[in-house]
Parts: sequence; structure tokens; C-alpha cells
Amino acid sequence: MNEQSLTRRPSTSALDVSSIRSMFPILQEKVYDKPLIYFDNAATTQKPKQVLDCIQNYYSSYNSNVHRGVHYLSQKATDAMEDARKIIQKYIGAELNEEIIFTQGTTGSLNLLAYSFCQMLKPGDEIIISAMEHHANIVPWQIACEHKQLKLRVIPFLEHGELDLETFVKLISSNTKLVSVTHASNTLGTINPVEEIIRIAHQHNIPVSIDGAQAIQHLPVDVQKMDCDFYSFSGHKIYGPTGIGVLYGKKKWLDRMPPYQSGGEMIKEVSFEKTTYGELPFKFEAGTPNIEGIIGLGEAIRFVQETGIQKAATYESELLSYFTSQLKTIPGIRIFGEAPHKVSVVSFLVDGIHPYDTGVLLDKMGIAVRTGHHCTQPIMKYFNIPGTVRASLAVYNTSSEIDIFIHSLERVKKMF
Amino acid sequence: MTIEEKEQAIIDEFSLFEDWMDKYSHLIDQAKSLPNIDESYKTDEHLVKGCQSQVWLNAELNGGLVHYTADSDAAISKGIMALLIRVLSNETPEAILRAELSFLDTIGLKEHLSSNRANGLSAMLKLMKAYALGFQIKSKQ
Repeated sequence: MNEQSLTRRPSTSALDVSSIRSMFPILQEKVYDKPLIYFDNAATTQKPKQVLDCIQNYYSSYNSNVHRGVHYLSQKATDAMEDARKIIQKYIGAELNEEIIFTQGTTGSLNLLAYSFCQMLKPGDEIIISAMEHHANIVPWQIACEHKQLKLRVIPFLEHGELDLETFVKLISSNTKLVSVTHASNTLGTINPVEEIIRIAHQHNIPVSIDGAQAIQHLPVDVQKMDCDFYSFSGHKIYGPTGIGVLYGKKKWLDRMPPYQSGGEMIKEVSFEKTTYGELPFKFEAGTPNIEGIIGLGEAIRFVQETGIQKAATYESELLSYFTSQLKTIPGIRIFGEAPHKVSVVSFLVDGIHPYDTGVLLDKMGIAVRTGHHCTQPIMKYFNIPGTVRASLAVYNTSSEIDIFIHSLERVKKMF
Repeated sequence: MTIEEKEQAIIDEFSLFEDWMDKYSHLIDQAKSLPNIDESYKTDEHLVKGCQSQVWLNAELNGGLVHYTADSDAAISKGIMALLIRVLSNETPEAILRAELSFLDTIGLKEHLSSNRANGLSAMLKLMKAYALGFQIKSKQ
């Protein structure tokens, strides 16, 4: 990328950003009497009105429990929930409807996967993760490793935040039973070469799980084309409600895996002697599901489809370039994560200023960013820093917000 | 000056600033007057670890009065510490235990002591009072 393209303001011709902004009621809010600048989208995204209306409509006109009721409302709620499953299936390019399992979020998906998949393993088997994983893609594997006496192997990353694939290849052995890596890093922004990782792992017949929490809202995802065996993401990071997420899994794996949680909805027959489990996807969906969350997530995906994920990706990549180049004009800025392919996440430190101070002062100027270790303490240890300031942008952010951000950051700098 | 009088002096000082940024500039200036903890005390024993910033605190009893020293890696945490120490240092354990410290609320900095904040200051304030309680118990023995 040449210098000129880096400093160019994002073109809004492909995307009508002001009309997108008008769909998000919260973006009209003020904090401390200043217009809200929301740059904490990697933590959670805001919700468009159509998602809010959809949830309101569910509770006002057809709230009912699903799958079991014979009455009108139950049928309507069941249909809406199963329609959402189909929308999500099509959106991520899954072959089958029942390959979409609803969970509480990416953390829920990864816990389900780690528990259930590792039940099939024997002592001495190995799982490979990477050093840039969110704690949610580390700790569930550690717990499973402890229970089943498995070994956890870790792919390191290089200085610019790219995975060290040469070491990855060396870590693979006949004991490797699964690879679980993130599609995009929540701290460094790196988009990992997941297709290549999957291709390498599959050469050794090793399945691959992809943590899509930071990718699903930024990039087109096609699980069949990617050929991943599992893909996890959260609803609230793709303009949907909190408390809902998805675990996609290839049917051949989900069929073999034992249930994770048990109770209602997931059974076929229960007696005190023996219980048989229901078919996919219900085998993995114990209890009354998060119906409003599922329907809301379906509507959020509809919003993303209407906006156009490819257009959004192009616009966000321009925002990222503009943001990065403007940030670099401030002396004493250190950016963590400078891989050539990134989602719109920028982690940085201002020389001599603690990230907590930067975050608090930006907040007082109406700017929401995240500070701290971002649930990736191994990354902080690698760089030997207490934390970073992280600005993460979404489709409704603008270059003028970036200008205000840069101006505000300069003001923070002057205070020290 | 009583604790309440010291609190009032701080409230008066901060009332001069209407803008948040001026208020925080003043807070960061306060950090510079913080009685620094002796480097040898900057150990895990004296550390209150927040999720984001860390605070070290020590307390000593001299002539029946408690003297606090502290440090933090973040300037805002350090500023809040400086204010708390301005109010609570050189007081008896009894007075420290009685102190309600509503001045932080009045000047609009109470959020830094709420449990939502990741800076460890809320745990640190508890530790300041715990030191006072320890000295009180000890002096009665």
C-alpha cells in the first residue's frame, strides 16, 4: 500500500454511512454533553433499530416456548427461531441447517467444543492453539487437557502479529487431534491465514476450529469454502443481542461428539435406566433456548446482508488505513499488531502514558475505547506491557470521528 | 484540620474547574504531591492489583497518627491516592475508620472507586481502613 492510499479519507460512495448511522438509535446519544464516539466495537457492537424492533415484536406479539407447544404462539415462535437458524446457515455457507448450534456466545461455543470433543480423546493426545488467542480459546482447552491428560501446544506469533506457520507445521504430530485458532485477533487485529492453516492440518487429517468472534462482523465467511470443521461466533459482535452465539460444526463431527449440557429439549427418550439423545442440533441445545436472542441474531444477519458485508469490509479497511496513518502522525505512538491483513482493530500505547489514563481521559471527551489486556494476557507478556488502548471500528464509524479521536488523543498527550 | 475540613478544601479546589479535562489536569498535578512509598516496600505484599493499573500502599503509626505512602503506575490512580492520603494521613485510626469520604462523590471522581473500575482503588481504600483497624486493635492490646 503506498503512502497516498494510506492517508486518503475513506470513500463513502460504496456505502451510505449516514443512512446506516441513522439506523442505530444509540449513535444519537451524548455522553458528558458530547456526541458519542463509539470505538469499542471489538467488545460489542451497537444494535440497529430493526434488531430492537424484532425483539420487542417477539415479546409483544408471539412470546412462547418453542418446539414443544401445540398452540399457535408456540408454533410461531418455533418457526421464527428455526427461520433464524436457516438465515445463519445460509449466511455462513453451512451445508446443513442442523450444523448450526445455538450457544451463549463464542465463549459458550468454545466451552461446548472443548468439553465435548475432548471426551473422544485419550491421554497423550494433543491440541494446538496459538499465542494470540483470547482467553476463551485457551482456558477451556486447558481444563479439558487437565481432565483428559492431553497436551496443549501453542503456535507463537511474530513481531508484527502474524502467526509463525513454520513452527505450526513442526508442532503437528501423530498425537495432534485438533487445531483451534482465531480468525482475527481481538488485540492485534491480525487476520490469520485460516485457509492455509486448515489445508495444512487436513493434510494430516486433523480437524480445525476457528474462533470467528472478531471476523464474522468484518469479513465474508463461507465455512464450506474455508473447509473449517468448526466455526464459533457471538451475536452481540455482529450487531445482534448479547447472550447468543453460534457453534457451526460439520455434521460428521457433531454426530460423533457426546452432549455437553443435558436436560430438556436435547433428549429423545428418558427413563431411569437409560436416556437417548435427540438429533442435531437439539442434542447440543439443552433447556429452553435464548429465543429472543436467536430471533434477534437472525435479524442482525439480515441487516448485515442488506448492508453488504463485502462493501462493509472495503469501507472498514479504508477506515483502518486512515486511522493508522493519522495515529502515526502523533509522536511517541507505538502500535501493537501491524500485520498486512487486519480487521479494523488498533491497539496502541502513547509513550509515557498508562493505557488506563488514556482511556479515562478519552472517555471524558465522549470517546469509548477499551483499555487493558483484552483477555489476551499472553500477548501482553510477549510485548512486556501492562495493557494497550484499543480502538475498534465498525461499519457506522466515520473519518470525522477519527479526526476528533486524533485531536482528543493529542489533547491527552499535552496533559502529561 | 479535621478530615471533613480537608475534604471541604479539596471540594473548593475542584469547584474552580468546570471542564472535565481541567479537573483531570488538576488531579494529575495532585499525583505529583503524593508521598511516595519507599522503593523497598514496592513488593507484592504492598500491592493492590487491579485488572489494569496497580497501586502500592504502606502505612505506619507515628505518635498515634497513621501515615500513608503509596504509588501507582497510572497517573489518575496516583492522583486519587494523593487526594485520599491528603485527607486520611496524619489522622488517628479512629478518625480514619469513621471517615465517609463523600468528597470524591461531590467532585465527580467517585466512579474510580466503584467496583466496575478495573484500577484496584476500591480494594485499596479498604486496605487503608484495614491498616487503621490493625493499628487500633494493636494499640488496645
